[in-house]
Amino acid sequence: MRQIYLDNNATTRVRPEVLEAILPFYKEQFGNPSSVHWAGRAVTGAIEKAREQVAALINCSPAEIVFTSCGSEGDNMALKGTMEALQNKGDHIITTTVEHPAVLETCGYLEKAGYAVTYLPVDADGMLNLADLEAAITDRTVLISVMWANNETGNLYPIAEIGKIARKHGIRFHSDAVQAVGKVPVDVQTANVDLLVISGHKLGAPKGVGAIYIRRGTKLTPFMHGGHQERHRRAGTHNVAGIVGLGLACELAGKEIDLVWGRVKELRDRLEQGIFDNVSEIKLNGHPTERLPNTLNVSFAYIEGEGILLNLDMLGIAASSGSACTSGSLEPSHVLGAMCVEVSLAHSSTRFSLGTDTTPEDIDYVIEKLPPVIQRLRDMSPLYNCGHTDRCETCSVLTK
Amino acid sequence: MSGYAGKRIVVAMSGGVDSSVTAALLKEQGAEVIGMTMQIWDYSAYAENHPDACGSCCSPDDVHDARRVAEGLAIPFYVVNFEDAFQREVIDRFRADYLAGRTPNPCVLCNQILKFELLLRRARELNADYLATGHYARIDGEGDRLALRRGLDENKDQSYFLFPMTREQLPLVLFPLGTMTKAEVRTHAVRCGLRVAEKAESQDICFVPDGDYVRFLEEHEDLSHLGGDIVHVDGTIVGRHNGFYRYTIGQRKGLGISWREPLHVIGIDAARCRVIVGERRYLDTMACTVDRVNWLIDVPQKTLSCTCQIRYRHAGVEAELIPLDDGKVKVHFAVAQQGVTPGQAAVFYADDRVLGGGWIA
Repeated sequence: MRQIYLDNNATTRVRPEVLEAILPFYKEQFGNPSSVHWAGRAVTGAIEKAREQVAALINCSPAEIVFTSCGSEGDNMALKGTMEALQNKGDHIITTTVEHPAVLETCGYLEKAGYAVTYLPVDADGMLNLADLEAAITDRTVLISVMWANNETGNLYPIAEIGKIARKHGIRFHSDAVQAVGKVPVDVQTANVDLLVISGHKLGAPKGVGAIYIRRGTKLTPFMHGGHQERHRRAGTHNVAGIVGLGLACELAGKEIDLVWGRVKELRDRLEQGIFDNVSEIKLNGHPTERLPNTLNVSFAYIEGEGILLNLDMLGIAASSGSACTSGSLEPSHVLGAMCVEVSLAHSSTRFSLGTDTTPEDIDYVIEKLPPVIQRLRDMSPLYNCGHTDRCETCSVLTK
Repeated sequence: MSGYAGKRIVVAMSGGVDSSVTAALLKEQGAEVIGMTMQIWDYSAYAENHPDACGSCCSPDDVHDARRVAEGLAIPFYVVNFEDAFQREVIDRFRADYLAGRTPNPCVLCNQILKFELLLRRARELNADYLATGHYARIDGEGDRLALRRGLDENKDQSYFLFPMTREQLPLVLFPLGTMTKAEVRTHAVRCGLRVAEKAESQDICFVPDGDYVRFLEEHEDLSHLGGDIVHVDGTIVGRHNGFYRYTIGQRKGLGISWREPLHVIGIDAARCRVIVGERRYLDTMACTVDRVNWLIDVPQKTLSCTCQIRYRHAGVEAELIPLDDGKVKVHFAVAQQGVTPGQAAVFYADDRVLGGGWIA
């Protein structure tokens, strides 16, 4: 069966060049980079090269990069490490209602531990009002955490402007840039961020590796205690192969960012147009333009996302109903909830996230196959047939 | 079983032996089998409070087992999320029944709403010809004259739980194990190399894995106001109880009353928070009313004789059914029955055929 992968915000295929580059580190170059002998020395350089490659992509110094195991680790490290390090200065975090669970759940944990958290609302397009941010700042505020791009809608947030506000008030600024790095230009200097989190598998590196940018001079209490790796900022034997892969993936992404992502955006727009031309009663979730070039999130009235995904899967099309981390959960997406998308529409949301390997034929296949699936599901839907959209007796099974 | 070559069949896989064998046998017969497991209960929230609870019917372990069996059979496998509906249709009603003085049967509701409405709809959405489950029951007959019958294994027969099925659902559902014994099913499991062949039966209510439903109810809300008097049928107050939902019709132990003869719970008066007790003879019941009756035959217009089963492990009793208005039926037993319990299902049989059933009022 034909396989079309449109779930690149969940994870990406490891790039062939990356796979090629990391294999030696599972074979002859097996050493521990912390060892002094020949086996260790042979890999130390590879790690430092990777550090340079990552740093170059986001415009920082290699010394400001610390390797981690994943995006969630980076976010935990940034939030918990900051609040502990700055506990004499304040106890207040400002974040948004649409962050990834790695940030939201960590904030929830910190709230239980006695810290105060303000969650900024978003409008119907999922965008922030920066006046809300200014208004939320108090003399206890020590951290602002706003994602660079939203994983579900693809929305891009005005990081540089937020960075200016943070700088003006002397507040540390963290950005979960897991979905942005490799897809759009990310420059930590112009953006004024102090902490920035990257995940390898979102840009063609393997799973199990990530990085956090820590601006020079930023005091952060270590999260993982142990050996002296990463200058005592993150203990644990290096995931050498993963780090090498992340480095190369960053270098490749930097070279291709305009070229490939211009093409990916064209394909995304083609998909969006094709769906809107062929299916009625649908809604775009997210901002029409301020959005990642690869992401399209659409709600199809009257039906459930789960039914759509299963049918697409049977046709070989991999999409998602939101974050892979929350799929299978009962709640409709917290992101769409924050955008006040009607519950029944939120339940029907479907996310297509394209990759650098997506082809025009893939897109045309989806445009051909999707509309009949939607129609068939609607024909079976009690919601569609009874003509109501919400809070209807006939269809109470489907609505809240 | 006839062959199912070319048919697309969704199998409701629980991770247990029965549904695993169901999937394996249908695949052997050439069907295009798709496995589906219902996620119905948020074990992560539950596990925080009950670290030792390893569930019975649809726990994470079982989802894991179902997935591994599906992998072994090389069939597509999906976990569908019905937590919301399960909470509303099964758990909330389970609580409401107890707090109204009834003794509920959540498994019937789970079958009715979750499996044969929601899961069947998922199957239809995938263009499946049938939904198959591992129930020990049979469906036979032609066209719109299909009959739901007991499973051939008397010890395993589960037709009691299936009485709310509609006549529209019967042609869309398969019970491939209905003609087998449990021993045969286990033999098939071993023959097919299924990893779950030795797995124990699930017994308890899945969302009360330790069987302590009182604790389950009390954890959710403060029920201390539901304490009250224990009253003898003659009107004498004979003791106190701290929650009428703790009692079940027929119960003798744990009443803490000294009396001339052993006393049993013979009724629960939820409105007055009273538990009514009496000597054993007061348990004898000659008739009851059954409401929300579902018929799998043409709705009878006059009195009908049948065998009536008033709980799962009940041998059945000859009875006369008198249709009333509003989907109710008056049931007259040929022999006095004990433990006729409001909230339980009464299922009507003619020989091994399910005629219909409803809920004891």
